[in-house]
Amino acid sequence: MNTPDTTSKEQADVSAGGTPAPQSPQATGASKPAVTGKAGHAVNLKDLNAYYGAEHAIKDVTIDFPANEVTALIGPSGSGKSTVVRCINRMHEEIPGARATGSVRLDELDVYAPDVDVTAVRRLIGMVFQKPNPFPTMSIFDNVAAGLRLTGTKSKDLKDLVHRSLQSVGLWDEVKDRLGSPGIGLSGGQQQRLCIARTVAIEPEVILMDEPASALDPISTLKIEELIDELKERYTIVIVTHNMQQAARVANSTVFMLEGEVIEHDETTKIFTNPSDERTERYVTGKFG
Amino acid sequence: MRGTLFAATIVALIPLVLVIYYLLHKGLSLWFTSGFFTTDPTGSFFGNPGGIRSAILGSLVIVALATVISIPIGIGVALYLTEYGKQSWFANTVRYFVDVMTGVPSIMFGLFIYIVLVTSRFGGSGYAAWKGAVALALLMLPIVIRSAEVVLLLVPSSLREAALALGAPRWRVVFQVVLPTSLSGLLTGSLLAIARGMGETAPLLFTVATAFGLTFNLNSQMNTMPFLIFTDITSPRAAIQNIAWGTALTLVTIVLIFNLFARLIASRSSA
Repeated sequence: MNTPDTTSKEQADVSAGGTPAPQSPQATGASKPAVTGKAGHAVNLKDLNAYYGAEHAIKDVTIDFPANEVTALIGPSGSGKSTVVRCINRMHEEIPGARATGSVRLDELDVYAPDVDVTAVRRLIGMVFQKPNPFPTMSIFDNVAAGLRLTGTKSKDLKDLVHRSLQSVGLWDEVKDRLGSPGIGLSGGQQQRLCIARTVAIEPEVILMDEPASALDPISTLKIEELIDELKERYTIVIVTHNMQQAARVANSTVFMLEGEVIEHDETTKIFTNPSDERTERYVTGKFG
Repeated sequence: MRGTLFAATIVALIPLVLVIYYLLHKGLSLWFTSGFFTTDPTGSFFGNPGGIRSAILGSLVIVALATVISIPIGIGVALYLTEYGKQSWFANTVRYFVDVMTGVPSIMFGLFIYIVLVTSRFGGSGYAAWKGAVALALLMLPIVIRSAEVVLLLVPSSLREAALALGAPRWRVVFQVVLPTSLSGLLTGSLLAIARGMGETAPLLFTVATAFGLTFNLNSQMNTMPFLIFTDITSPRAAIQNIAWGTALTLVTIVLIFNLFARLIASRSSA
């Protein structure tokens, strides 16, 4: 096996990656403080280029994602939104033939530094996918606890952590009597909130969401959006969305991308009411894309 | 057209039905002769031919050893192919060789072990049960690899991504997500490989040879059901030929049980 299970080593690697920056429980190995009231951390992309084999998917992307804010990425299909997000937690490199150059920083931490452990990066930067993907062999409880068990992290208060995580996504009251039943027995919207709870349970600094509501019905979508609004108190959130109303509702700022490049990045209200670039205007008014 | 195809189906069914008919007709009565399952073959041509206990237990021991060798290695190779090698040239080369191995006549595995382990008297003996088990394991290995790879590829990549995105190292993704998710499929494939190995004669012919008495010494010759059928059916004496039929029915029944288990597990997991 390639990666030995030396959690402490991985943690040491991140600290050695050198930086005082994200004082996360994972990075320092300290016991977990209360989740609430935690200050978020900013993500900065500079001259990021990403490739799938010979295909140049994103080109010289520079974006600052401010701490404790929701930043939406919008743009037509194939514009590179998902790739940008997957570069932030280094999921991009899981695709055979894919690579990325440039810099991604979580505060001062260089995510792509050679001495940084990729698994530690992913514990700092959680991710929620388009389709709800709870683990089918695991119960609701085990799904929330999966992040800890999959990283070999011991937790004394696992029950408490699962409770808090489910409560923070508003799922606790719906599932508290059937924590032992399979996670895939829930409705689609509940499954997606379960997946968000699973991500929240690893207590990351940043949560990436790749079209988290596009497979859900309108009521579930509304719940997810309300949830995003609450989560930004504690996390920095980057959300990819095809739904422009959704971007307008949840995002503090919005990035419009086209063919792998950032066209415009501004306050959400400005992007949707008075964009500077003509292409942005044509996209947000539905003239193309 | 429909009539022709129906006729072809009937023609194909006739030998299948006849095989089962003859097995039951000639073999079933043997099951009820005293000592058939509880005594060993005597090897006596004129006297009481004895039962088949040592053949049943010998087959089970050798197949069990072959299973212990081939299943972990086979699933390991399949995991390497799906989780690490993917479409690299090395993984594709392995796949190609596995495909070739699937088509190798089973007697070749026996021949290979005969040359490498039997004629060299490796381990201090010529014919030995464990050498037959190695030959069977070689035969079962490509079957296990192929069936396991298919099952592992059915695990949605979204689950691997979910686990990786939580910060799981790849080996934990394999052990805590991929293997549990595909467990029933892996079991089904393994049981089918075991059933296949159970009925093979050729790899045992010149690796285990045979013995009449019951032994659990893996470094000695051992009796097996396929070999007992092979020797008894060529005997000129009817009473001994009948033992072959009784053994054949027993073998088919055991293989059938393994297949039924495999189907049961497969249907449960899809439900």
